[in-house]
Amino acid sequence: MAEFIRFERITKFYGPLCVVENLDLGIEKGEFVSLLGPSGSGKTTLLMMLAGFEQPTSGNILLDGTAINAVPTHKRDMGVVFQSYALFPHMSVGENIAFPLQMRGIGKAEVDERVKRALGMVQLSALVDRRPSQLSGGQQQRVALARALVFEPRVVLMDEPLGALDKNLREQMQLDIRDLHRRLGLTIVFVTHDQSEALTMSDRVAVFNKGRIEQIGTPRQVYDEPATRFVAEFIGETNLVEGVVEAVQGQEATVRLPSGAQIVSAVSGTVARGQSVFLSIRPERVDLSEARGEARNVLETEVTDSVYQGDHLRVQLQNATHPLIAKLGRRSREFPPGTKVFAAFSAGDCRVIAP
Amino acid sequence: MSAASSRTGRSLILLAPLLLFLIGFFVWPLFSMMSQAVSDPAVLKLLPRSAEVLADWDRKSPPSAAMQTALMEDLKAVDDDQALGDMVRRLNSARSGFRTLMGKTTSALDETANPPADLVSIDKRWEKPEFWLAIADALSPYTDRNLLAAVDFGRNAAGEIEHLPPDQSVNSVILARTFWIAGLVTFFCALIGFPYAIIAASLDGWKRDLMLGAVLLPLWTSLLVRTAAWFILLQEKGLINDLLLTLGIINSPLALIFNRTGVIIAMTHVLLPFMVLPIYSVLITIPKNLMPAAASLGAPPLRAFLRVLLPLSLRGVASGGLLVFISAIGYYITPALIGGPGDQMISSIIAFYATGSANWGMAGALGMVLLVATLVLYSVYARLSSEEPGRR
Amino acid sequence: MKTILKSGVLAAAAIVLSASIVAPAFARDLTVVSWGGNYQDAQRNIYFKPFSEKLGKPVLDEAWDGGIGVIQSKVKAGAPNWDAVQVEAEELALGCADGLYEKIDWDKMGGKDKFLDSAVNDCGVGAIVWSTAIAYDGDKLKEGPTSWADFWNVEKFPGKRSLRKGPKYTLEFALLADGVSKDELYDVLGTEEGVARAFKKLDELKSNIVWWESGAQPLQFLASGEVAMTSAYNGRITGINRSEGKHFKVVFPGSIYAVDSWVVLKDAENKDAAQDFIAFASQPENQAKLPEFVAYGLPNKDAAAKVPAEFAKDLPTDPANMTDSIPLNVDFWIDNAETLTARFNAWLAQ
Repeated sequence: MAEFIRFERITKFYGPLCVVENLDLGIEKGEFVSLLGPSGSGKTTLLMMLAGFEQPTSGNILLDGTAINAVPTHKRDMGVVFQSYALFPHMSVGENIAFPLQMRGIGKAEVDERVKRALGMVQLSALVDRRPSQLSGGQQQRVALARALVFEPRVVLMDEPLGALDKNLREQMQLDIRDLHRRLGLTIVFVTHDQSEALTMSDRVAVFNKGRIEQIGTPRQVYDEPATRFVAEFIGETNLVEGVVEAVQGQEATVRLPSGAQIVSAVSGTVARGQSVFLSIRPERVDLSEARGEARNVLETEVTDSVYQGDHLRVQLQNATHPLIAKLGRRSREFPPGTKVFAAFSAGDCRVIAP
Repeated sequence: MSAASSRTGRSLILLAPLLLFLIGFFVWPLFSMMSQAVSDPAVLKLLPRSAEVLADWDRKSPPSAAMQTALMEDLKAVDDDQALGDMVRRLNSARSGFRTLMGKTTSALDETANPPADLVSIDKRWEKPEFWLAIADALSPYTDRNLLAAVDFGRNAAGEIEHLPPDQSVNSVILARTFWIAGLVTFFCALIGFPYAIIAASLDGWKRDLMLGAVLLPLWTSLLVRTAAWFILLQEKGLINDLLLTLGIINSPLALIFNRTGVIIAMTHVLLPFMVLPIYSVLITIPKNLMPAAASLGAPPLRAFLRVLLPLSLRGVASGGLLVFISAIGYYITPALIGGPGDQMISSIIAFYATGSANWGMAGALGMVLLVATLVLYSVYARLSSEEPGRR
Repeated sequence: MKTILKSGVLAAAAIVLSASIVAPAFARDLTVVSWGGNYQDAQRNIYFKPFSEKLGKPVLDEAWDGGIGVIQSKVKAGAPNWDAVQVEAEELALGCADGLYEKIDWDKMGGKDKFLDSAVNDCGVGAIVWSTAIAYDGDKLKEGPTSWADFWNVEKFPGKRSLRKGPKYTLEFALLADGVSKDELYDVLGTEEGVARAFKKLDELKSNIVWWESGAQPLQFLASGEVAMTSAYNGRITGINRSEGKHFKVVFPGSIYAVDSWVVLKDAENKDAAQDFIAFASQPENQAKLPEFVAYGLPNKDAAAKVPAEFAKDLPTDPANMTDSIPLNVDFWIDNAETLTARFNAWLAQ
């Protein structure tokens, strides 16, 4: 399948400041791609360039094979959902949603029909005559969503659309949007700094750092197979342990830790023998037991603290040379501080990352 | 005593200076201006005997002996020169000639050695019913003549309201002109001020400060100086004409001064801040992303402006327009110095009545017309702005 | 709470009261008010400062633009903040009739017989005799106008004209231009036909007139070439010729002269000092200094005799200048100013 949206060597400067650097990215039709990163990483700028609010300093943006750099925003046919909703305060909900249809010269009867349908889709049919200021934040965001979708844009761009909502509402909306995406076959580019949101909703996640994409892949890939230390740390919680590569066997490497322990781990990218690397070990993949067991990787540790957090038990461990965190299922037994335990994990549950 | 009412009491005390100030310098002057316009005690106060006799007069025939005697008695009894002055001013305003007539009459009455037999023997003018009519019409403590005259109406000999002849009073023409000039100035202020405010609001940092400073600067200069500066710029051999002539854009000097053009230019400049600032203050409250949102929804820039930015900033344009218009209708110095004879505005007429002829009743009446016009405008504005959507 | 309210009201009342009690405690110095500009500068030099030294106290001076309403509001409010004021003839007549002025102590002034008749009034002492006359720039017009008929003749003398915005003087000048002789001028103006005739004559010139309102404007217009000729106060013209080396000419034939007088406002705080000041300013040796600075005629006959010939020739009171000029008819204007102003404005607006 050909790429629907293509960023080609996009660079963007604000004065002397480089916010997007030589970036390439392809997005397929019907795909839900999240641009994930901390603030200032260039993800929003990239979205703004796609929407036409900003111009790249160099590079091309292609839509369906055609460069759209010179196409003004209002001709790009992209629905944009803003974090602050950007509803027109002087228009009713219905007028807001009708706006893009009127701009396209669609007849009144059809406008009414489509507004009705769009409102039904976001379950706000009763509020058609309200002003945006009379709605709650979640309702406003649904209106914004309906407005961005009602004209059946070629791409839907969302800039932190759920950032202003409280947690429960946010999670509900995440599922709603994902559902809409699937039902309508939309192509969605979604900017967020919330990694769980990105993982929940996306087909693919592009992790941004300092104007570049550090890694792009399915949620599973970016979580389980972080390519860089930044990705490993930014997405979820992880234990990072320094070590030196002793041997490389296919997709696995043996790493010697400063404590002398040897760990066999999956590899992201390529590493060479003798190279200093990091090991990323996800806390929830660590098992604890008082017996050494049969696992391939086992570290001798001592419990320093243990916190019950409802859905899991968080145990802080101290190895001879480095700390380690383990998250255990709530059915796990308690580990009082001072207990000597063995921390075990499989080779697939940790990752060698070149620094 | 409840806590709530004691809170009210405390806030009343805190408000007391403001209330005293408002009453002393706003409500009271306004009230006295309005009462000046309708109250008319000057004549009745001094001529009680004449008032009785004149009640039986048929308003046509020459004065009877009784009328003359009563008036002479009244005038002899007057011992307050200032009250007499007020009465004479009032009568002279209704009928030119009373000044000298009264002066002559009172000094003749003061001659105790050779008392005059009747008024006609002092001055023939006392034979004319017009003068007596003026007195008879001034004997009610309240009058509508100032208010009527302010809009070019008056009462004829029969006491009916009729339009004054156009060569005697043109207040309505001047009022209409005042509103027209103020309207034009408001229009041009909006034409210049709206884009200006949009640009200023879209900038930030020193650029925005510079733009706002440029528009505020005139406010920090005296009106007279600014007007004089326009005089230098606009005159026939002034900077603008010289420049245009040198550049070869025009062959003969443009008439920029002593006409409507000059007045509009200078007043637009002077009043521009009152348009820019309210619009600006509304614009900066409009979320920055509405215009991008409109563009993303398919609106070309002009339609986005018409459908989104314009309606949202109309409130600012309306309050700016109101401020400019209300200030403009009271303008005095600028039209006097820059304008031609056809650009005289109502304030200069009011100024003449207030200081030139001390006819405060007429000044008050014209002031009331302006006040009413302003209030009507304001209520229209209030109605519009309450319907203005976008704000709760 | 009632007590709180009451104390608040009392406090506010106390502030207001104490302000009104404290204010008069500072005695105000003698305040003299005149017409401003270089005229008042001259007065300051020859009257205000020397009198202040003689008095041993400061003399304040302020400027005003005239208007009986200003005087009236000050006197009616009680305790006016001006003492001696220089007023025009109409303001003198109106204010005197209305009791706005103190009566003049003529013995202090040296006796009525020392002054021109027109300068003697129960309420005022003449200060200057001044003219409103045609003025033009001698550098631009070699052969200038000599009469109001010339002023109206825009073919012979092309260019704009300037007149004071208002009926006073303007109507007189129009009638003079229309051939009315100076002796029957006010008789004609006193009739309805005469007024109509004056406005009709003004119609001829209307499109060429730039109206002025403050005395400095006609000089500006002449200097900038905005107008070819204008009516102006003669003292201003002579003044600018001396100070800026202009060659503006004053046409005395057909000019109208009037007397400005010193008055003392009724119940003014320094009314006695004000009378002393007026006496001082009326002494021949003091008054005779004025024409050196401003070319206004002197109402004190002895003072007029002392003026050096080089200055005397510019004065409205110089016999050569006086011959064909006309005294302003004050009575006519106090009777008719309001009606004719309304009519003038109506004409202007048409």
